[in-house]
Amino acid sequence: MELDNTDKSILNIIQTGFPVDARPYAVIGEQVGLTEEEAHARVMNMKSGGVIRRIGASFDSGGLQFSSTLCSAKVPPEKVDEMVAAINRYPEVTHNYERNHAYNVWFTVIAESRERIQQILDEISAKTGVGGIRNMPATIKFKIKVDFKFKKDKQEEEEE
Amino acid sequence: MNPEITALDKKIMKHLQDNIPSSIHPYKDIADDVGISEEEVIAKIKLYKDKKWIRRFGATLRHQKAGFSANGMGVWKVPNPADRQPMGEIMASFREVSHCYERPSYEDWQYNLFTMIHGQSKEECEEVARRISEKTGIKEYTMLYSSREFKKSSMRYFP
Repeated sequence: MELDNTDKSILNIIQTGFPVDARPYAVIGEQVGLTEEEAHARVMNMKSGGVIRRIGASFDSGGLQFSSTLCSAKVPPEKVDEMVAAINRYPEVTHNYERNHAYNVWFTVIAESRERIQQILDEISAKTGVGGIRNMPATIKFKIKVDFKFKKDKQEEEEE
Repeated sequence: MNPEITALDKKIMKHLQDNIPSSIHPYKDIADDVGISEEEVIAKIKLYKDKKWIRRFGATLRHQKAGFSANGMGVWKVPNPADRQPMGEIMASFREVSHCYERPSYEDWQYNLFTMIHGQSKEECEEVARRISEKTGIKEYTMLYSSREFKKSSMRYFP
């Protein structure tokens, strides 16, 4: 999809912050020289054209006081599929990867309490027979990059 | 969960976690669904931002396929707890590092600083790790790469 300078200006505005106002598209339009209807049409066009993935809130797990952790497990090769199925069924599991280490399965869990996380890990172990899942919640957070913008363009990666 | 979050807050935030309504008056649509006024919805969203429950409210662009596609998890052994704060800060200062945490270590897992390193290739990630090693003086580290992705999703806090 081709973007003109007006589209790019709109993206700059709404990436930083979508207006929290009764007439958000009037606010956007005013800044780029369009009517409310024109600004709305441009945004919808960029959404249906696939440029915009979503417009909404990114929550702060710390602010909401949710607990998060990184877990790892040593899973025998023949058990990996079963283990992955048991892990992935939880919506609280957001990422799950195989990695090149004796600890070969690595997954992240975000839940409303530490107790809930432990319960999930216990259930996974009970279901699969894989014990010793390492629960490694961060003890210091040095950096959590929200908008990972790269030097080249407007590439962006959203992280929880 | 934060005890300040009420049932009404959950209902409102549920409407914000994916996409806000696509109409020209999105907050009016949310208000109608939740059963409060548009002004209240707007005030609530501003409050959530102030309280840092929402860290960003806006558009997320689709990833471009080209470019920085490789990432590796660099893990570092820093035995002395007092060294971890300054070392972690140095690691976090690298542009290529998106996340940097201290995590607990164990007998058979003595790495305690974790960095997600991004580059255009695996080789570039290795090079970043070498530079981090030089700058921090940490010699004992390893890079873990994902060989398979089993799941990658955004957290839905409000089911």
